[in-house]
Amino acid sequence: MGKIANQEIIDRLNAKFSQQIETISEPYGLLTFETSTALISEVLAFLKTDPELKFNYLTDITAVHYPEKKEALGVIYHLHSLTNNVRVRIKVFITTANPNIPTATTLWEGANWMERETFDFFGINFTGHPNLVRILNVDDMTVFPMRREYQLEDPNRIDKKDYFFGR
Amino acid sequence: MSKFITETTPNRPVYYDNDPQGDLTTLNLGPTHPATHGVFQNVLQMDGERIVSGVSTIGYIHRAFEKIAEHRPFYQITTLTDRMNYCSSPINNMGWHMTVEKLLGIEMPKRVDYLRVIVMELSRITDHLICNGILGVDTGAFTGFLYLMEEREHIYEIFEEICGARLTTNIGRIGGFERDFNDIAFAKIEKFLAKFPPVLKEFETLFNRNRIFIERTSGVGAVDPETALNYSWSGPILRATGVDYDVRANEPYSSYQDFDFEIPVGTTGDVYDRFILRNEEMWQSLRIIEQAMEKLKKEPKGIFHADVPEFYLPPKEKVYNNMEALIYHFKIVMGEVDTPKTEVYHAVEGGNGELGFYLINDGGRTPYRLHFRRPSFINYQMYAPMSGGMLLSDAIINMSSLNIIAGELDA
Repeated sequence: MGKIANQEIIDRLNAKFSQQIETISEPYGLLTFETSTALISEVLAFLKTDPELKFNYLTDITAVHYPEKKEALGVIYHLHSLTNNVRVRIKVFITTANPNIPTATTLWEGANWMERETFDFFGINFTGHPNLVRILNVDDMTVFPMRREYQLEDPNRIDKKDYFFGR
Repeated sequence: MSKFITETTPNRPVYYDNDPQGDLTTLNLGPTHPATHGVFQNVLQMDGERIVSGVSTIGYIHRAFEKIAEHRPFYQITTLTDRMNYCSSPINNMGWHMTVEKLLGIEMPKRVDYLRVIVMELSRITDHLICNGILGVDTGAFTGFLYLMEEREHIYEIFEEICGARLTTNIGRIGGFERDFNDIAFAKIEKFLAKFPPVLKEFETLFNRNRIFIERTSGVGAVDPETALNYSWSGPILRATGVDYDVRANEPYSSYQDFDFEIPVGTTGDVYDRFILRNEEMWQSLRIIEQAMEKLKKEPKGIFHADVPEFYLPPKEKVYNNMEALIYHFKIVMGEVDTPKTEVYHAVEGGNGELGFYLINDGGRTPYRLHFRRPSFINYQMYAPMSGGMLLSDAIINMSSLNIIAGELDA
């Protein structure tokens, strides 16, 4: 579909960031890689402004929580190059103790609410964000409800436990 | 764009020293206001009729769909997607089904794809009908709205014939449809295809060259393409600015590549452009439905789901009488089916733009994480900044033409 092959994107990123692009995979053809909090701003800026790649469209920012991992929180960016019609997915993993990551609002205004939503649900602190307050949940909420430790329902309920379903 | 209110101490605006004489008024537009068509609150700072700055407060109907989805098997998540953009819920339903089908690698029969295209384009028409009808009401023209609502009713009757429901449809299943379209459904689609064009033509005659309407809408909320892309806009409002991004054309799903249709684009991105563009999209949707009806005649009859017994819920008669169907039913409901441990992003062109489903699967009974990229949520964040400097009445029609659906905004 895309006019630029995934391998070419990887080559360009590696040339620029000297092999600091990790864990490259292509689930269903969508190039996915990991990078670090130190590099994420530069990687996003490079992808956005590179005259060949032109990932000028920020599709989405979200997060995921893997409580059993050391770096438990993953921030996930989906970028889209409208001219080349190709997408990439970038992941940055950070710890729950230090959930800081630079904001993308300096590159895209649209990142503002996406980051607020991610902060609201996962407690990820986007440093440099102009107005990082809760957006969908009530203001006086004290927890970050999409983290895995928060149950959907009364934790004393046992009738919906997975072991009843063979898992 | 306004710079005055930039901070909220949780959602209460902080006024900087932009009002030394105390001339400005604070106006709460919403949360429930007859002109906003949904639960939207905007705290506006007004200088007479003119908005100086504003802050949007959202989340009034937040229902934690992403959290609920982590506790539900795949086939039960369809009903959650209904309640996001409830003006075009079949698109949401099928977007979700196609996401799971992509995850599982299911090859869909062409006939199912075409049936889906028909339903999705019909629901796109309902979505645009609502938006343009309401825009007419907000500019003071009630007649067009009534004409259109009658046609919307006919589309809902088609949905009723296909799945039994009208608004929150829960239409289809993972792997296809729960039952084939009956003859009455096809007859109703044919009737709609014959009856709708004159009505839409009449509606366009009422508005397109109407001087009052043009003066009311033209130039209001004009957005240039760079700003729109910077704010990650998608859908009709992005195309009205002149960017030809449509998921149906960029990444065809459900065999959209088999159809001949155009992606209309606007020039200035104002309310008038969005209105014209939505009308044009309805004509294109009609074209697609007509083509799909033609293509269906060449497809073998009676195929309404893919042959994937391990993922497609069998009909109840079979479950009660057939051992294999019972086993599959049990395995699907109890989550015994193995699914790939990977992640998938699938986008469809919803009524308001790119509706994305990002699914991280760990092979379990439920998604490990499911994120909805909701176009209304992302489109709406520009509303408060762009309202700065507008007249209040212009801000109202601007909101109508953004077509923000509260359910999709808050999820």
